[in-house]
Amino acid sequence: MFGWEFPPHILGGLGTASYGLTRGMAQQEDMHITFVIPKPWGDEDQSFLRIIGANSVPIVWKDNDYDYVRRRMQGRMSPEEYYHLRNGIHYDFTRIGTDDLGCVAFSGRYPDNLIEEIGNYEAVASVLAHSLDFDIIHSHDWLTYPAGVFAKHISGKPLVIHVHATDFDRSRGNVNPTVYAIEKRGMDEADHIMCVSNLTRNTVIEKYHQDPRKVSTVHNAVEPLPHPEEFQKHPRKDKIVTFLGRITMQKGPEFFVEAAARVLAKTKGVRFVMAGSGDKMNEMIDLVAKRGIADRFHFPGFMRGKQVQEMLAESDVYIMPSVSEPFGISPLEAMQVGCPSIISHQSGCAEILTHAIKTDYWDIDAMADAIYSIVKYPAMYKSLSELGREEVNNIRWYDAGLKVRAIYDKVIYNK
Amino acid sequence: MHAPYRLKRYRFFEIGQDHYYYDDMQTEENISWLVQTSYMPLCKTVQEMIQFSHGKFHCAFSVSGILLDMFQQYAPEMIDILRELAQTKCVEFVCTPYAYSLAAEYNKSDFEEQLRRHAAQIHELFAQKPVTVFNTELLYSDEIGDRLLSLGYKTVMTEGAKHILSWKSPNYLYNSAVSPKLKLMLRNTALSDELSFHFSDPAWKNYPLDAEKYAEQLSQLPQDEQIVNIWVGAETFGIRQVRESGIFEFLKALPFYALEREISFLTPQEAAKKLQAADTIPIPYPVTWTGEAKDLAAYNGNDLQQEAIQKLYAVAERVRLCQDKRLKSDWLILQDVNHLRYMNHIDHPGSNYESAYDAFTNYMNVLSDFLQLVDEQYPTTIENEELNELLTTINNQEKEIAALEEQLKKLKSKKSAPKA
Repeated sequence: MFGWEFPPHILGGLGTASYGLTRGMAQQEDMHITFVIPKPWGDEDQSFLRIIGANSVPIVWKDNDYDYVRRRMQGRMSPEEYYHLRNGIHYDFTRIGTDDLGCVAFSGRYPDNLIEEIGNYEAVASVLAHSLDFDIIHSHDWLTYPAGVFAKHISGKPLVIHVHATDFDRSRGNVNPTVYAIEKRGMDEADHIMCVSNLTRNTVIEKYHQDPRKVSTVHNAVEPLPHPEEFQKHPRKDKIVTFLGRITMQKGPEFFVEAAARVLAKTKGVRFVMAGSGDKMNEMIDLVAKRGIADRFHFPGFMRGKQVQEMLAESDVYIMPSVSEPFGISPLEAMQVGCPSIISHQSGCAEILTHAIKTDYWDIDAMADAIYSIVKYPAMYKSLSELGREEVNNIRWYDAGLKVRAIYDKVIYNK
Repeated sequence: MHAPYRLKRYRFFEIGQDHYYYDDMQTEENISWLVQTSYMPLCKTVQEMIQFSHGKFHCAFSVSGILLDMFQQYAPEMIDILRELAQTKCVEFVCTPYAYSLAAEYNKSDFEEQLRRHAAQIHELFAQKPVTVFNTELLYSDEIGDRLLSLGYKTVMTEGAKHILSWKSPNYLYNSAVSPKLKLMLRNTALSDELSFHFSDPAWKNYPLDAEKYAEQLSQLPQDEQIVNIWVGAETFGIRQVRESGIFEFLKALPFYALEREISFLTPQEAAKKLQAADTIPIPYPVTWTGEAKDLAAYNGNDLQQEAIQKLYAVAERVRLCQDKRLKSDWLILQDVNHLRYMNHIDHPGSNYESAYDAFTNYMNVLSDFLQLVDEQYPTTIENEELNELLTTINNQEKEIAALEEQLKKLKSKKSAPKA
């Protein structure tokens, strides 16, 4: 598998999904996964798969003796493996700047020279395709499509790609032509395309002109919480309605503010929280002030780790009015700690949730109505909280893994 | 036959502002559709069945009061044809709670009032005095039976649920174990479901079912079994089983093949008169004809439904005391069992909402406004009993004043009489 992120050092939902999916797949006994990421930190959980750091794979032949390699690798990779991989170098990549081991450095993030990193990652893939033994290639998101395609051409093994998002989601339609070209080529070359929702599947079919027969949906799932009882709701006077995520155009924060204004015009005893940061934050603070609800609308800033679950557990409503969300795992996380969720129809997760409220992202009346209903009618909160938690606990990565497996089998054996 | 008034999209910020709750357009559309695809063809078919069997085909109709109101407003031709059916003397109109609600379970006095009102309506429209009760969704329990007997009803129709019958057959007339004077007729679930659910299912073992086959099944039943109660929702004909499935032709042919096998047709009233009860049956817990469990779970099984029911029926006493016509009419319409059914997460046929939560939110917003209006008339800070007492006092005072005035008049006239 080619991926870009793997927990614990993650930047977005891609890392979480990669981890959950591979963990679910690893429960199948005859499944052996090698996961390539640009830059491992060394504290990744490798109990169920093997992680290869692209920054440790030699792409240019350098003569180094055993002790030197061992010293330089500092436990990231054994010299034996290094030599084995080095035998996979078939092409001349000296144009890429490498270190004394013949390896190339990666930021592992989303830097300005992202396109260059993608190219380097592709070079790493060629070495791996020559030296590793595998049955299928699985690429996660557009950054790794070129690597997957190259590996496919070298090895002749089938390629499946996993679409966690498309550039149409990120840009509200104004796609970057370079990104689109990379995505399109990956999809064209893939033997099968997996999408995280039907919403994304439709985008792939309509905007990238793919044959519907080779595009499937594999919905994401959510990792069960190790200690859900840790997160409790404390009694308080005011009800809390929470938005949590990047405050960007894609997440539809302005619709949340407008819905809040509608609720507050009619009722007291409700507070609104917009946690997170992003390029729209100042605009939102302005809007809140303009609507005259700043005394009941709070911006606590970016939250990480446990803070997130604690905030969700204390909330009476979680709201995600995303304009376009390929899947959106956060409502599932809210439901895990018993917090009722309101999500937009334009979110992929809406396809698999029954015990969540769904409205259109622009329908602020419906959104306000749902908020009012949850904070005013106890049965609404109770049902959504209890049934929602139960529902989410039954959405398992293991089942998603089985779907992926079925696609693998189809691609490998029915070629 | 029953259909609900559709509630309009009612957001919370309309609470206290807008007191009209209905989407008339949607209601009318729904009624016209029901009439065109199901009710009218069904009535015409029944008419033909009666005609071609020379009056030997008999059947009963349960039409809710709310639906009759809607017919009068949106489809008066339905009233005409039902009246024609009534005039054949082959059709019995049974008594059903006016609002097709669960009042029998949640407010006894309201249940009585609804039955009374429906009976009056049937009498006015069809010149019949209903003697048989078909409660909402066939809801019945011993407690309800007791209540019905005290109201003067002698026959009740309910579901032949397996858990109340155990080894017994539904094909007899029974008496209530608690009120032995009350006769119970039990629906034959299997044979009714053949029409409602299986008729056009190609995977079903009896497919395709025709009238001859069906009549043959009936004649194969043990000789001593007295009666087979086949009762289905009217939408079975034309909607659940579409016209193209041949369901209307099936109906038309049925009397011929049944009469050929010496199977006759009875209305509930005739059956109760003609047949002797075979045994008694205790029904301590409510049964209905819904779902696998044949109980109330489809209507009151989840938290949403519980809250709605509790909030609604909490003001029943107050609404009964009030004189406001519109409030009274809203009260009936809001009780409609369909509103509760739409709050079912899994099983909500006919729902016009996206989800149970959507249905609940809309309903509760409407109910909140309604409760405010009731509260304005009779504040909820006053307990029900207290309110009753106060009202009795007021009413009595009025009567007393009237009586005194009467006396005064008499005295005055007496006084003035001698002078004249």
